[in-house]
Amino acid sequence: MPLTRKIAYIDLSSGNIKIASIPERLRRLYLGGRGIDMYLLYKFVKPGCDPLSPDNVVTVSAGLLGGSVAPAAARCHSGAKSPLTYGVGSCNMGGFFAPELTFAGLHHLLFTGKADKPTYLWVRNGEVELRDARHIWGKDAFETQKLIREELGDEEIKIMCVGPAAENLVRYANVRTGLKNTGGRSGVGCIWGSKNLKAIAVRGTMDVTNRYPIEALNYADRWQKQMMDTKVAQALGYDGTMFIWNVTNTTGLLRYRNFQFNKLEDWENLTIERFHEEQHVGTTACFGCPVHCRHQWQIKKGPHAGLSGEGPEYNTQMCMGGMLNITNWDTILYGSHLVDKYGFDMAEFSNIAAWAFELYEKGIIDEKDTGGLRLEWSNADELLPVLLEQVAYRKGFGDLLADGPYKALERLGKPEAEYYLLHIKGLGNMISDERATPALALGIATSTRGCDHLRSRPAIDLYHLPEKVLEEVFDGGPMSSDYRSYVGKAREIWVMERIFAVIDSLGTCKFHTIFFSPHMPSWDNWSKMIYYITGMEFTPHELRDIGERIYTLERMFNHREAGRDRKDDYVPERYFAEPVPGGLPIVKGFRLKRKKFEQMLDEYYEFHGWDKNGVPTQKTLNKLGLDKEPSHML
Amino acid sequence: MQKMLLVDHEKCTGCRTCETVCSAMHEGASNPVRSRIHVVKWEWDGFMMPFTCQQCQDAPCIAVCPTKALSRDAELGRVVVDYDKCIGCKFCITACPFGGIGFDSVGEKVIKCDFCDGDPVCVRFCSTQAIQFMDASEASLRKKREAAESLPMIMKKYKIY
Repeated sequence: MPLTRKIAYIDLSSGNIKIASIPERLRRLYLGGRGIDMYLLYKFVKPGCDPLSPDNVVTVSAGLLGGSVAPAAARCHSGAKSPLTYGVGSCNMGGFFAPELTFAGLHHLLFTGKADKPTYLWVRNGEVELRDARHIWGKDAFETQKLIREELGDEEIKIMCVGPAAENLVRYANVRTGLKNTGGRSGVGCIWGSKNLKAIAVRGTMDVTNRYPIEALNYADRWQKQMMDTKVAQALGYDGTMFIWNVTNTTGLLRYRNFQFNKLEDWENLTIERFHEEQHVGTTACFGCPVHCRHQWQIKKGPHAGLSGEGPEYNTQMCMGGMLNITNWDTILYGSHLVDKYGFDMAEFSNIAAWAFELYEKGIIDEKDTGGLRLEWSNADELLPVLLEQVAYRKGFGDLLADGPYKALERLGKPEAEYYLLHIKGLGNMISDERATPALALGIATSTRGCDHLRSRPAIDLYHLPEKVLEEVFDGGPMSSDYRSYVGKAREIWVMERIFAVIDSLGTCKFHTIFFSPHMPSWDNWSKMIYYITGMEFTPHELRDIGERIYTLERMFNHREAGRDRKDDYVPERYFAEPVPGGLPIVKGFRLKRKKFEQMLDEYYEFHGWDKNGVPTQKTLNKLGLDKEPSHML
Repeated sequence: MQKMLLVDHEKCTGCRTCETVCSAMHEGASNPVRSRIHVVKWEWDGFMMPFTCQQCQDAPCIAVCPTKALSRDAELGRVVVDYDKCIGCKFCITACPFGGIGFDSVGEKVIKCDFCDGDPVCVRFCSTQAIQFMDASEASLRKKREAAESLPMIMKKYKIY
């Protein structure tokens, strides 16, 4: 039973390891996965500490349903105080690591302190030990996994690790497993590196029992059919996350050349169809997932012919591509290979690199600042591998780029540069231009990770679904079908935040929610699935409260650690100042209005039960039981 | 009419749902080592091969079993274990060239694919139909058709017609 899974406390400073049960009371409040990890961060991170100090912690977890028959119960969460935002560091990856951790008898790992030499953790069927990693320190994220498997002598071992970027304390270093699974955002990998934690190897052969196995199987069957009946599952299964690009590009919802254009005119080379013809060689999936949204690629010609890997995603298409004015798939895939190897967030890199290119274009920086690199958009193809290596090893100009928004701006020391760097709370924006989509703008402005879309993005907001459908799916109304409207969008983001908090705590995939389709499983389904697998009863209403609790705790953490409140909940100035330059007539010329944004923010705070300054009220804290945090339930 | 589990590895995405549901069906728990089917992966090459008992016509495991616990069920076309007779000597595991029969250390018994008595759960859940359950005589016809479907494209490309 998932409820028998344990937590291991690993103090890297002393080498002491303690294994303990997870109290059911904690599960009733936070479920597992991200939820419990946030509880652990709030409780164990020394308030006000430097994220790179030993007083920070690292959490790693499978969700409550990890490794079970629930479709796609594959996801792994890792958290720490972020070296970019000084608030919630939280990342999530698919693949096979989290299920293996569950089969090994554990759901949570908490690392404190700092090891005096490179170390990795070896978990096997409830037994946990620290091992010397000096011989693998310096190895990339691919080699690390191969070497550890060889050393421990089992092909079925799953490994979560960091690459050289984390060792070099690149502030957006990530955590990796498999060929490309990545806990990408908020710099959690950097904290692993700061603790000399190189990897976690896990092998498990223990049962994850289902409380009601036949009901669980039958329900999983129905759930799977429900998901696979949706059009979006078919699109994802064939095109992966890139299925949306033709629409978002034509409409004008993407960023090109940092933030100067929102639509690519010369688009034929960058299409998913082109990729299918030339580099696509297969399709794979995460643990337990019927959708199989992942491509396998191989470069067939040119200097990197023969190189292969997994991906690309929609974000690869744009982060290694459009944002940097690159439209050659071979270049893009080579770039994605390098970030997978070095182990850092391509989104953060792309944002800060595109910023540098725009600064260069505008003459705010020149070759003296870039160490001789001529950052012209037409050179981006050639410069991409150079910059990626520089960032990974903190060489030349890459050393400044490796520091992320806050520190890079400080080091550059040119106040006029700030306007061009799109970040919120120190986390860079990804590939979307949210000016014409108030809901999505509100989502990134208020996300507890900083400028991030995965705390709340409702992609279905873009579909112009009938209002009745939206109102049903979002627990009320009014709600406009028009993505340019502000009506009902605060409610939309609030509901999505709760859904994603619960999904990340169950350890299943966000793609199987109303993120993409109104027909995907929802609160009732999760309530039943949790019951069949664990025997725990949660009403859909209680699950909503859990989502609210987790999100509010994150808000509290950000407030405590970085003084975050209303003043930090805005999209960059550029969003208000510059109207949408191109795209379809319905978005071209559109401006995000500050007054309307403020009104949306007010509504959003009200839904959450926070005051006008975005701080949770005492009444809300009492209602959610958060007035007792940090508690002593563990 | 004898049945067969036909595996098409090119359709396999490596999701391992077959392993999870097989073990859940037979043992009430998700646990890949207790599954009767296993996806063998060459991870870095992206090659996936679902592998299970081949239900041999002239099975080495049956030949080697000292208590005649293993026998062939001609109706479904499967090799079955009679647990009342099995003594767990594990010679069947040694004899099988495919690793088709294995030992479940949690349940302390040998395990092998039994077609779930005629409605294989792995087939039910496989979203790409990489595993299919059909009359054994149909299998090659099915494969011929799938191969033939790609022929017109090839012939056209090479201007054969």
